[in-house]
Amino acid sequence: MENRIEKRIELKASVSRVWRALTDYREFGEWFRVRLDGPFVEGQVSRGQITYPGYEHVKWQVIVQKMEPERLFSFTWHHCFDPDADIFKEPTTLVEFRLEKTEAGTLLTLTESGFENLPDALGLEAFRRNNGGWTEQMKNIESYVAQRS
Amino acid sequence: MSRKDLSGMTAKRLACAAVFAALGDKTRLLLVSQLCGGQPRSISQLREGSRLTRQAITKHLRVLEGAGVVRSVRRGRESRFQYDPQAIEGLKGYLDFVSLQWDQALSRLKSLVER
Repeated sequence: MENRIEKRIELKASVSRVWRALTDYREFGEWFRVRLDGPFVEGQVSRGQITYPGYEHVKWQVIVQKMEPERLFSFTWHHCFDPDADIFKEPTTLVEFRLEKTEAGTLLTLTESGFENLPDALGLEAFRRNNGGWTEQMKNIESYVAQRS
Repeated sequence: MSRKDLSGMTAKRLACAAVFAALGDKTRLLLVSQLCGGQPRSISQLREGSRLTRQAITKHLRVLEGAGVVRSVRRGRESRFQYDPQAIEGLKGYLDFVSLQWDQALSRLKSLVER
């Protein structure tokens, strides 16, 4: 399974404008549709409530990884919809926003990686293909269980 | 996007979460690994070599059934459980789903900064 998402988008706005839209918690909340409790701080947990219609019950809980001004903003988040889920216990994926100055404005590259950390990658691919035989499947289960416990 | 699409997506997302939750357990994972060959098995067969009680196995199978990972087939007086690959195929769609959400979020970001 392809376990990474990558998007590139050209924005007709300066790098500093895009940086602000990404890292000012109110601006981020506006386009991402989340009500954040406070500003993003490198290395700290950001909490809030999703405001996207139909997802209002979902909590926003991410760990801000990097904030390199006008260059890189990244965080890790989990994919569990249980309101009691703990970001420090759940498997996470890494979301990175990279900014590059262009003639027209800014090239924004978004990547989300680490989907192999999610239970989906515990060897479901092997289950599906079903051609790796038992050894492979047991290995997958073993490493998955070891990783979880 | 219509309301209907949205609720469908919510359902899909929640269904994925249910599959993740169902599989996030050692015993259940082992049960799935016993069933993924496609052959339906009875609870007694699934218990072979395990120290778990019949009730415990049944409980785990019901969780898997609830998430759509396995389904039960009655054969005479006995229930047999069969792996249903569809739920797991559905997970493949999860990445497409997350990807689509990013497309939408980035287009909102674009309108914000280009305003």
